[in-house]
Amino acid sequence: MERLSYGHDTDAPLGGDRADAIHGVVASGNLEVLMERVLPAGRCEVEIATPLSGYEEVWAAVVSDFVERVQPGGVRVSINDGGAQPDTVMLRLLQAARLMEGGR
Amino acid sequence: MSAADILTARREAGAKIASGKMVAAGDATRLLEAVLRPGDRVCIEGDNQKQADCLARALAGCDPDRVNGLHMVQSGVVLPEHLDIFEIGIAERLDYSYSGPQGARIARMMGQGALKVGAVHTYLELFARYFVDLTPQVALVVAVSADRDGNLYTGPNTEDTPTVVEATAFKQGLVIAQVNEVVDRVPRVDIPGDWVDFIVEADRPFHVEPLFTRDPGAVTETQILMAMMALKGIYAEYGVRRLNHGIGFGTAAIELILPTYGERLGLKGKVATHWALNPHPSLIPAIEAGWVEQVHCFGSEVGMEGYLAARPDIFFIGPDGSLRSNRAFCQTAGLYACDMFIGSTLQIDLAGNSSTVTTSRVAGFGGAPNMGSDPHGRRHPSEPWLKGAAEAGGATDPLLRRGRKLVVQLVETFGDKMVPTFVEELDAVRLARETGLDLAPVMIYGDDVTHIVTEEGIANLLLCRDAEEREQAIRGVAGYTEIGRGRDRGMVAKLRERGVIRRPEDLEIDPLDATRSLLAARSMRDLVRMSGGLYDPPARFRNW
Repeated sequence: MERLSYGHDTDAPLGGDRADAIHGVVASGNLEVLMERVLPAGRCEVEIATPLSGYEEVWAAVVSDFVERVQPGGVRVSINDGGAQPDTVMLRLLQAARLMEGGR
Repeated sequence: MSAADILTARREAGAKIASGKMVAAGDATRLLEAVLRPGDRVCIEGDNQKQADCLARALAGCDPDRVNGLHMVQSGVVLPEHLDIFEIGIAERLDYSYSGPQGARIARMMGQGALKVGAVHTYLELFARYFVDLTPQVALVVAVSADRDGNLYTGPNTEDTPTVVEATAFKQGLVIAQVNEVVDRVPRVDIPGDWVDFIVEADRPFHVEPLFTRDPGAVTETQILMAMMALKGIYAEYGVRRLNHGIGFGTAAIELILPTYGERLGLKGKVATHWALNPHPSLIPAIEAGWVEQVHCFGSEVGMEGYLAARPDIFFIGPDGSLRSNRAFCQTAGLYACDMFIGSTLQIDLAGNSSTVTTSRVAGFGGAPNMGSDPHGRRHPSEPWLKGAAEAGGATDPLLRRGRKLVVQLVETFGDKMVPTFVEELDAVRLARETGLDLAPVMIYGDDVTHIVTEEGIANLLLCRDAEEREQAIRGVAGYTEIGRGRDRGMVAKLRERGVIRRPEDLEIDPLDATRSLLAARSMRDLVRMSGGLYDPPARFRNW
């Protein structure tokens, strides 16, 4: 199990007022994302636990793109990875952020 | 000896083994040894689906001292016997189109010089050459049943049979058909008996492969997201009514969200109404929801017979009540009468060229290069064809503009085991260089591709004005592959502003909608239920 963590400053806080959201499942090729609104509004931190090593560069790129696209200020993101491909990771992050914003 | 004399000699030699036109399965090898001559050009029917397997075994059983030097012409190299005959010395040369299951062995044999390949063709090219310079002298075809006059009933998998028989029978060639059974009266005449010389009643029913069945249970949310982008960003934008789909999970996902997401977008009756398509089980929900007006088929699909027979309003059905397919006509329909091809591939390079060749396999072409190409012989206009041309620019006078067929590649940025889809150089190019081929086996050329859809977005290549824009548009949807991470971020941002690249959020697609609940059928069982119990999936797909 490899543990990675990233911190980014954001231009804006994530919309909505939901305190936390959990999305996805820890299954092969899938992942679980927990989002908690516990940080200062201009800050986002992402913690990742993954069974696969050697993909730090890709994780860093996915996290940085997610922060740029969504501006998830105030949110701590915890990822429990089951060996998901980057497209699945991005999709889950976008879905979890929509839940935090109050989406269906 | 003239061709007519040779044909007479073949018939006389065969007649000694036959009773009328009938030959017992156990005598099939003797029949072939009697009628074949060294160096003959022989077509054995190996279609995408149905296989003349009894005759293939009989041919492989021939004595190479009597039957040798054959030049095989056939669309599919599918069965082991198709290649065994080259190792034994019965056959020498091969012209073909598709070799999916034998792709690795054919590559190995080519490398060892065990067979001489004339060329790897698309289906339409090979069919065309049957009438010009590769006309078979003997054809070994396959049908469901025959009567004693030799009339053939092919069942729903008519596929290549009419093309092969037409080319052979009218050019003094000999036609031998294997059938599952001999009957007093065939349900319908697909091939008239006077075009057929001998009938072999096979020892077991011919082999058919279910190639187009995709279990909705295996469709992923990423594929659903891509399907939503394609539907909203391409089908709706261009008003694509006449189309062909590839056989992957991505296009199956599109078929499965027509009655749900497509309905929500108000697209029913406006897109995806007329098809050149095999009878995909995953199209059942859209048909049942009234989306589809008409489908012409290259071949059939195992288990779909009952459903097809019940929908003569949609499919081409014979007077006997079963599907009539025809590969040559359907390929022509896909080429000239469809406004869009959308399908997947294994590798795409920075110019948009794509290939399904990997270094150790030569899978051949099949029909994709015809479906996925812009036919310069087309003249009739349609809305998507004209819009494509307008986006591509070119001739300033619209009256002189050539229309553009939409050729869409729908790919996930990574394939199985994190193998990237986007590459600097196609394996096909390396293969060509290493084996001394004149041309790399490119499936779809970059200049024919109009759009690339990945989970990251849609790249509209029609709107790119030079090679650099094209490269950055491709990099801009290549996700986290090395190609994608090598993008010029500033230039990709500009392309996005111009709408050359569109992300899900640019299309106002909510990622929360990209869930399996959007699929009109979520399992094989759903498909069976929605067909009114008429779809009868093969055992391996019965997972409930």
